[in-house]
Amino acid sequence: MELFFSQILDGLSIGSVLLLAATGLSIVFGLMGVINLAHGELMMLGAYVTFVVQSLFKPMGGVIFELYFPVALVLSFIVTALVGVLLERTLIRQLYGRPLETLLATWGVSLILIQLVRSISSAMLMGILIAVALGFLGTRLLRLKIGDKPFFPYLYGVTWAIAGVIGLVSVNALSAIRPLASAWFGPRNIDVTAPKWLQGSWGKIGGIELPGIRIFIILLSIVLLLAMVWFLTKSAWGLRIRAVTQNRQMSNCLGIPTDRVDSITFGIGSGLAGVAGCAITLLGSVGPNLGAAYIVSCFMVIVLGGVGNLLGTILASLILGIIQSVVGSGSLLIVFPNLPPAAKGVVEFFATTSMSLVLVFIFIIAFLQFRPNGMFPQKGRSVEA
Amino acid sequence: MKLVQRLVPWILLAIALFILPAILDDFRLNLFGRYFALAITALAIDLIWGYTGLLSLGQGIFFSLGGYAVAMNLMLNTKSEAGGNGIPKFFENYGVEQLPFFWQPFWSPTFTLIALWLIPAIVAGLVGYLIFRNRIKGVYFSIITQAALMVFYHFFNGQQKLINGTNGLKTSTTELFGMLVGSPDMQLWLYRLTVVLLPVAYLICRYFTSGRFGDALIAIRDDEQRLRFTGFNPVPFKTIVFLVAGALCGVSGALYTVQTGIVSPQFMSISNSIEMVIWVAVGGRGTLVGPIIGATLVNYLRSLVSEALPELWLFVQGALFIFVVVLMPDGIYGWFKNGGFRTLLAAFGIAPKARTYPKLDENATALEELS
Repeated sequence: MELFFSQILDGLSIGSVLLLAATGLSIVFGLMGVINLAHGELMMLGAYVTFVVQSLFKPMGGVIFELYFPVALVLSFIVTALVGVLLERTLIRQLYGRPLETLLATWGVSLILIQLVRSISSAMLMGILIAVALGFLGTRLLRLKIGDKPFFPYLYGVTWAIAGVIGLVSVNALSAIRPLASAWFGPRNIDVTAPKWLQGSWGKIGGIELPGIRIFIILLSIVLLLAMVWFLTKSAWGLRIRAVTQNRQMSNCLGIPTDRVDSITFGIGSGLAGVAGCAITLLGSVGPNLGAAYIVSCFMVIVLGGVGNLLGTILASLILGIIQSVVGSGSLLIVFPNLPPAAKGVVEFFATTSMSLVLVFIFIIAFLQFRPNGMFPQKGRSVEA
Repeated sequence: MKLVQRLVPWILLAIALFILPAILDDFRLNLFGRYFALAITALAIDLIWGYTGLLSLGQGIFFSLGGYAVAMNLMLNTKSEAGGNGIPKFFENYGVEQLPFFWQPFWSPTFTLIALWLIPAIVAGLVGYLIFRNRIKGVYFSIITQAALMVFYHFFNGQQKLINGTNGLKTSTTELFGMLVGSPDMQLWLYRLTVVLLPVAYLICRYFTSGRFGDALIAIRDDEQRLRFTGFNPVPFKTIVFLVAGALCGVSGALYTVQTGIVSPQFMSISNSIEMVIWVAVGGRGTLVGPIIGATLVNYLRSLVSEALPELWLFVQGALFIFVVVLMPDGIYGWFKNGGFRTLLAAFGIAPKARTYPKLDENATALEELS
């Protein structure tokens, strides 16, 4: 029975991570109708920010090192939020009203982010900076000289392409210098050491150990969620976000700066993904492919919970987390030892991590047959559009 | 002009059948065989995405099902692959004594030839019906197909005892008509088969996209609501087109498998299925020539880049996704067809700008002359 409860606790903490990631995804989806396939990679960025912060704090040792985690939390939020805003400003804004295309474009972004983390080195960073600087300067110059000519857009593209090639060549040239060439992270997984105060147990309740990491993650997500609720319901920008979610055109007419609302929401959603990534580092080693493992589960949370609905997101992520952990570990067999052989076979069949995912997805597709719009569907006339 | 246009497809077919095998070495020819096999998948995706507006991120399911069907048959009918009990050797690694029941019908080549497109078609029909019945569409449809893909991926990946799990089934060492499937001669025949089947797939797609059925598909893409209000039920149309696309993907997967020499759950990874969509986007969706061009070009590019700088490929692919979606939504073929090339020439002053009202201009000069 204790094992069962600790499995539930495991499930709750996985569910909490899912919740953090899915909340951001869900708010953005509700607001802009956009599914961000790079969301998982933003989580991955958050995890890598945590790793960097940890590596920076390590030499200081002692009490200061113990405090790296709060710093990492804040920084991973800020960094991923900035990346998110950049993404929204440069790319997603171009594709407004074309959700399927946005899906594909963000997938492109996620591929680039994955490979970037794998192969980034000092040489590569310099190459990218050179290419961007050249591209900006070149296109600025072009705009001054021939900005009004009909062939300007084509030359604009060509200039960026040339800048890219020069960047690529300079990366190759710089890689000849040994210390610049080595990759910062490489394709392998990285490990983050949790600070001491998180390791071990935080006491017992009724004979059940409370592992610090799990409890911390659950508390973290509760706090962030409450903050999110407060932000959405009590703050001015939250009011604007809800208004735009309900009716974009009308809000625009009433003078709400919808483009800034989009940027802010996307930034917050991305930031939450970053925090989720930061929390994942506590659960195990993380790698460049971290995003793929979580992203589909996040989508399922949204599908199951209903779009842009916090309560649905909470329930769905906790349910998914618990099913995954309880079924996947096979602890049902320990709790109910006297199952008939047929049922036992079924439980054993699904008692691996991947098979529990299969069960979860089958469950969701079956559920959608009865409630096609999730547990808490959006109401109103805008739903069908 | 008309005659030339009519001859173009036949010339292309002749080049693919006779000239490419003559000028390319075995390895390159095999690569082109794979590209053409993948082009069939691209056609299928164009059918559901380009024409019907359903962006499926799960075509990998049907692709792999076709591949597995062929691989199972080849495994069973190869003596060198057989272990102690007359069943494929890999079963011994997991202590399986008896052939799992669903392997049994794959002894028969006839059954396999039917199964490799019928099983994906049935699965696609079922999944499609369950989804479309509930009016799930748009982004929701995409992520649910992706979830379905994950179901199949995890199932095939996790079931070592049934289907050899992560390792997949190797076909290159199996035999067909007494020849090793991986041998150059066999590969040449498979290449020819692919080249012949690609136009067949094209014709099937043309059949479904022309006429009343095709009009209904385009109506679903452009405004499904309005189609429903005019008294059509879109569910059967969507289900049928999804089913046909599934069958085509199955054929494509089977052809691809025998030419790569292995089928594994990796065929069902999320990235593979999204990649298939980009072939269509690059070539030009909503046209039937576009996907063939796109699949061949993108995969050729992939081979080139991965051979030269393997690390670069993901960057290139990511940039391709963004570039095509933002700047070239009609793809290469659509760009040419919609006069993109002419606009480019005109921008540089090489070709004359299109004149909307030439009569008006003439009148103006005439008036000037008069005065």
